[in-house]
Amino acid sequence: MRLRDELEGIYAILLKDLKAYYLKPPNISWGILFPIVLALAFTLRNPRGLRDLAPGLVAMAALFGTTSMEAIVVTFEKRVGALERLYMAPLTYASILLAKVLGGAVFGGFISAVMTLLCVTLLGMRISHPLLYAGGLALSLIALSSLGALIAFSVREVFEAQTLSNYFRFPMIFLCGVFIPVGSLPLPLRVVAYMLPLTYTVELLRASTLSPSTCPLLDLAILILFSAVFLLLTHRAMRRAYG
Amino acid sequence: MHSIVVEGLTKYYGDLCAVDHVSFTVDAGEVFGYLGPNGAGKTTTIRMLTGLTRPSEGRAWVAGYDILNETLEVKRRIGVVPEASNLYDELTVWENLEFISRLYHVPRAERHRRIRELLKLFDLWDRRDSRFRRLSRGLKRRAVLAAALINDPEILFLDEPTTGLDVVSARSLRGLVGRLREMGKTIFLTTHYIEEADQLCDRVAIIVRGRIRAIDTPENLKLRAGVKAILEVELSDRPPASLLERLRGLEVEGRQLRVHTDNPQEILRLLTGEIGRSGLRLLSLRSRSPTLEDAFIKLTGLSPEVMRREKGI
Repeated sequence: MRLRDELEGIYAILLKDLKAYYLKPPNISWGILFPIVLALAFTLRNPRGLRDLAPGLVAMAALFGTTSMEAIVVTFEKRVGALERLYMAPLTYASILLAKVLGGAVFGGFISAVMTLLCVTLLGMRISHPLLYAGGLALSLIALSSLGALIAFSVREVFEAQTLSNYFRFPMIFLCGVFIPVGSLPLPLRVVAYMLPLTYTVELLRASTLSPSTCPLLDLAILILFSAVFLLLTHRAMRRAYG
Repeated sequence: MHSIVVEGLTKYYGDLCAVDHVSFTVDAGEVFGYLGPNGAGKTTTIRMLTGLTRPSEGRAWVAGYDILNETLEVKRRIGVVPEASNLYDELTVWENLEFISRLYHVPRAERHRRIRELLKLFDLWDRRDSRFRRLSRGLKRRAVLAAALINDPEILFLDEPTTGLDVVSARSLRGLVGRLREMGKTIFLTTHYIEEADQLCDRVAIIVRGRIRAIDTPENLKLRAGVKAILEVELSDRPPASLLERLRGLEVEGRQLRVHTDNPQEILRLLTGEIGRSGLRLLSLRSRSPTLEDAFIKLTGLSPEVMRREKGI
């Protein structure tokens, strides 16, 4: 009974967030335009070798898709007191957090799906292991959305969330193998790269589109670990705010 | 039977003690007012009782459940109207209530019937398809009140329900609170409007700087404060100092004089004589029984004007 109530609450918050925020026409158009512009920019700049770059582009779309709107939604709701409306309800903090993370993951999933479609049709990306691709992407979306939630629940203002997100997002783009293979980085940067979740997203997507360079199971396990750590830290931030 | 039991509830924010060891009980079906100026600790108390803020010390039971260890059970049995109307701007009134009903696990079969009933009770039926952001402030408050009742709660917490409303909307909302009382709901109401507490509440706790100064029925508070009958006089001009010296204990506000007395007839005789000798004219004269506002002033030493100013009204 309790579990069913919690699941119903998660589903209700997810639907509400999709309807009230994520599926608004400007967000849908951004979700479609952002991958198109990104894919076109790279195609025009360097039409060769883009098949290698494609998994990185999908990973980048997942990163921006999950963290951008989620940070706005959570901080906006905090600001206008609407988040408190959720705290008033007979729901655990864990359920509220999961609902918010799922919202970010669904939106990130939409943008990643558009980017995947573009990479397949425009850049000739071939998904050799569709299950690994879908599973890896889904886990990555959860991990990255959990990181977005951690940032959003730790700050007060929308601009703080965006600034803090950029501290993570931009280094990740350059360090996590999106453009430059992690293996070719100097050792200290390689160490940093392996401490960031996007590295494992890129590795997983690359493994499912090309030939696996490392054990994908390890990447999956590390992404689960990242998700768990981010969720636990966010849960703690929520409880601290309650005190 | 008590719906709410509070024992030594305390909240510190750093060095600031926002609520200082408050204790009280609220009976089932009672409208209990929590009256005090801004910053007195009213909202902090409500937040602790509704599971939104963790107390630093003390304990409380709401609907028989411990607010610390059985928070979800408490939340299932209460409805909360926060000071801010915090429903979702992008959703319609109907969608908002449907969303809240899901959060409170209202059975699917009952959901729509209950939403319909509440929308009709609060005269929102015609606005059910309007987005929340398009409603007037008064209608927003009604929608928030309807949302707080979606789970048919035993106890309703209303935090400054009429703040910021125009006179007509405030009166209408007070009428609705009266109807909820008739429905047998226990109501915990915070307000800085003294007349609102006087009209609506069975008992009132007066809280100032985190401490409860008095708890009783409005009538008993007036008696306890020992407030006397009041004569209010308006003069043609400001009274001269000589008049004020002769009639000590007068309160003066511009051309208006106020005097508290248990012998209005004698004071009236003295006052009219002195006014005549000062060459002033008496424009109006009013005698009235003490109000809760008078008791509040006496018990707290605060001016009700201070409370209004603090709220920016």
